[in-house]
Amino acid sequence: MPVREQIEIHEQSDVVRIRHSVRTLAIELKFSVVDQTKIVTAASELGRNTLVHGHGGRCSIESVEQDGRAGIRLSFEDQGPGIADIQLALKDGYTSGDGMGLGLGGAKRLMSEFEIVSSPGNGTRVSVIRWKP
Amino acid sequence: MDRIPILRMGKFLLVTIQVDMHDRLAMQLQDDLTTQIAKLQARGVLIDITSLEIVDSFMGRMLVNIALMAKVLDAQTVLVGMKPAVAITLVELGLSLPGIRTALNVDRGMALLQASLSEETGAGEADDAGS
Amino acid sequence: MVRNVKPVVELLERSQAEILEEWLKEQQSAISRRGDLISDSELREQSSGLLAHMKAAFASGSQIDAPEWQPIRARLEDVSRKRATLGFSPSETAMFVFSMKQPIMKRLKQNSATLDDIFEVTDVLDKLGLYTTEVFQKAREQVISRQQAEMLELSTPVVQLWDGVLALPLIGTLDSRRTQAVMEALLERIVETGSEFAIIDITGVPTVDTLTAQHLIKTITATRLMGAECIISGIRPQIAQTIVHLGVDLGDVTTKSSLAGALDLALRKLGLTVTKVSNLKAKA
Repeated sequence: MPVREQIEIHEQSDVVRIRHSVRTLAIELKFSVVDQTKIVTAASELGRNTLVHGHGGRCSIESVEQDGRAGIRLSFEDQGPGIADIQLALKDGYTSGDGMGLGLGGAKRLMSEFEIVSSPGNGTRVSVIRWKP
Repeated sequence: MDRIPILRMGKFLLVTIQVDMHDRLAMQLQDDLTTQIAKLQARGVLIDITSLEIVDSFMGRMLVNIALMAKVLDAQTVLVGMKPAVAITLVELGLSLPGIRTALNVDRGMALLQASLSEETGAGEADDAGS
Repeated sequence: MVRNVKPVVELLERSQAEILEEWLKEQQSAISRRGDLISDSELREQSSGLLAHMKAAFASGSQIDAPEWQPIRARLEDVSRKRATLGFSPSETAMFVFSMKQPIMKRLKQNSATLDDIFEVTDVLDKLGLYTTEVFQKAREQVISRQQAEMLELSTPVVQLWDGVLALPLIGTLDSRRTQAVMEALLERIVETGSEFAIIDITGVPTVDTLTAQHLIKTITATRLMGAECIISGIRPQIAQTIVHLGVDLGDVTTKSSLAGALDLALRKLGLTVTKVSNLKAKA
């Protein structure tokens, strides 16, 4: 049964809240400690991006299921400036000045699935899923 | 919690990070440490992250920055107590934290700092480290 | 969907016991009996349980994925899963359902059921048979998955060679999943034992390709981040060549050709040395 939590991201303490909620759900779904850490770290990266580059937005945390496997899906949405060149943003070490380096690409590597929709003037939507092995 | 406490142990500074830090707190730590290193002319900084369950790219960059600033101020940085899950995640993120020495725990970390200090200045100095 | 349910429902009501006996006989005489895997009494229990619910399911006149067929599906799932674990083949398992056809068809014909009615009942039973096969597949996949995990555990032993020195003899190829398991096992032991040195011996790794090398490097980096050091041993000449050809940069990790050499290095770095007892006695 999907558990859904939505958190508004307007300040740093919201990102901390997201980390905690994600950790709690990951533990409930019985992910290994290593996987929990990966998921929470990805959430932290994406949450920060939404706050710092997206100028605030919202995050939704839910459990999902496919073919008998459980997973966690995290979605981050903002109405910020958007990303002009997604491929560039995904490259390691890339930074737009205040350090987006490693955030997006890193989060992608830590999760099983990664989807992003973003363009200048249209905000950004990132959705990631980590499946149980 | 407003600030992360910095303890002094002879010529070294010890920082134990236990809270789930938000970015502002991390920046504050960076400032405080560099101030203290300069003020006390510390020769080393020991950062204990045994209780940290997450080190993301921001935290990672902050640790590297601390090490770089400390170096400029003639102090070495040693990071201790990283959890296996954190190490694995950092590697997956692509972070290798260059310029930071690491040790398994506080004891070994201190030994490392003292050893590199005595290497540098000759045996005599190392004995003063405990005062 | 069985449009005219009356014939089969009446049949099940009147002759359930006889159908059960004939069905059991069919199962027992089938080549797929597997008496070595399942007892007669258990077979009886599984069969009578299923038959008991068939009447109500057929009476509903609905498709087998409807809620009225749920008790039947549940029983079939149970039987199928058990058989998958026991080592039955998929067809041996499906025969559980298919062998029910004979007793039912025989009686339908005797009661002058129409060809259409017979065809519809056959269709339902066929679908049930296929259902068992699907469940069987999934259950089998789960067994394989679990066995793979167990194999993974067995093949990643971390040995403590000395106080402060761990050894990880790798055998076989390093794929992504295996590397994860290996990394985790090694790092956990490092924390448990407070070991500063981890000797990764790759004598048993047949080839090193770019991916394997990347995995090795990840393990080395993670170990370093925690405050320990890796020493790679058992590098055969061919592997050394491959590493250079691939342009892999192992960084500044120390490599030794033998596990013994690696142990010697680790002990020296720990400030330890191995001396003959007779020498000590002589000195004393």
